[in-house]
Amino acid sequence: MDNRRVQKSMYELIHRTCTMLPQDITSALEKALTQENNGSIAHETLGIIMQSASLSCNKRLPICQDTGALLAIIEGRPDKSVFLIEKAIIDATRALTKEGMLRQNCVDPLSEKNTLDNTGAFVPQIHFEPKDGPTRIGIMLKGGGSENMSTQYSLPLQRIQALRDMEGVRRCILDAVFQAQGKGCAPGILGVCIGGDRASGYLVAKKQLFRKLQDMNPSPVLASLEQTILQEANTLGIGPMGLGGNTTLLGVKIGTAGRHPASYFVTVSYSCWATRRFMVELTKGGDIREWI
Amino acid sequence: MDLKQITSPLRPDVIKSLCAGDRVSISGRIVTGRDQVHKYLAAGGEPPINLEGLVIYHCGPIVIRENSLWKIVAAGPTTSMREEPFEADIISHFKPGAIMGKGGMGEKTLKAICAYGCVYLHATGGAAQYLAERIVQVEGVYLTEFGQPEAMWVLTVHNLPALVTMDSHGRSLHASIEDESSKRLKVLYEHPFKNDNQT
Repeated sequence: MDNRRVQKSMYELIHRTCTMLPQDITSALEKALTQENNGSIAHETLGIIMQSASLSCNKRLPICQDTGALLAIIEGRPDKSVFLIEKAIIDATRALTKEGMLRQNCVDPLSEKNTLDNTGAFVPQIHFEPKDGPTRIGIMLKGGGSENMSTQYSLPLQRIQALRDMEGVRRCILDAVFQAQGKGCAPGILGVCIGGDRASGYLVAKKQLFRKLQDMNPSPVLASLEQTILQEANTLGIGPMGLGGNTTLLGVKIGTAGRHPASYFVTVSYSCWATRRFMVELTKGGDIREWI
Repeated sequence: MDLKQITSPLRPDVIKSLCAGDRVSISGRIVTGRDQVHKYLAAGGEPPINLEGLVIYHCGPIVIRENSLWKIVAAGPTTSMREEPFEADIISHFKPGAIMGKGGMGEKTLKAICAYGCVYLHATGGAAQYLAERIVQVEGVYLTEFGQPEAMWVLTVHNLPALVTMDSHGRSLHASIEDESSKRLKVLYEHPFKNDNQT
């Protein structure tokens, strides 16, 4: 893999993630607009959201001033190229921060000083998953407001009468949507993990957000749960930005992770309407072969 | 619904005339302030400019220096609720005309809004480009030691759209939507999930 080409690819991948709303989300917002009454606050709010997203794409400027925390998932063969990719992601992060394309979003919690270049301990967060096949890289820029609305439930939970079954899972997810109200920048997209431990639950939940909104969960039970919750959450009346309306969620994506017999976690990763994630496949030389 | 044109700093009679649910278009001078600025002011720090009547905007913008001028790259609202511990004190001490952000604020702030004649304005979260286009000038920047997103930016805005969601008469659109959604959630809980695929 050629260093110069990987550097260029990672810069382009992060730049696009920051400035271009993915097509599936744009389409979902367009559809949502038709489901709100003309002249309502919800209709107007969605209108502003769509105009803003279109401006950012045309001007190649950040969709949101909160350019989030960067999560990178690298899939591929465990060879030396992984180090090149890791370095290219960090270099591109620094360069884009310097250009004012990424906000300075990393604070050292002890000194309370901003590191000014979006790097620090565990930042950016880069995961490598060994896989046979072409190298794929996913980038997600997730804002702090929506991250703060993400939450984890340990079942059974008396407060919402949630037991260790699919109905219990449903109760948790609907509760998370209710608790978030508009504070996670609704209409939101939920990534959910059933099972796992407290750490893997959040990672699996967040990785669900890479799935396209229109995809179908291969598990019939989860597909049904995703559809049910999406439909039900949109009857809560929370609406875009929590100002009322028919569009509280754009999507629900549920995955699972094996659980310890004693634990049953339901983890909800709340993502704002401006869910920014792209994935690419690289050529052996390090160029972008395909946007996935 | 009508759009009310308002100018910052806001006059007390204008503040009083605004009701939850009103759409407004703001022009004039506003200042940004988020976590660090709120912490600083609540701890007795002096504001670098007189805040009376001004809109305090919960926003951490991206700003770049271009040809020796500041240029706003992106500037949408941040979650206001984080300032709930401080906002009531700031309203009572410095008498801003409006607090603008997203997501609304709590009981304590609502009380201060009523007691001191203030209003909460909701701007569209994530609409960073749409809102940045309505910022026509960066007048100055203070408290830069807090870092770029946390500094106090003094901005001139023109026709920036927002919604009044908490007013000086004690009404909160956020509280009423939360109440209503809580009732609807209870109804949903009465009908458990039936999984037709589980065989």
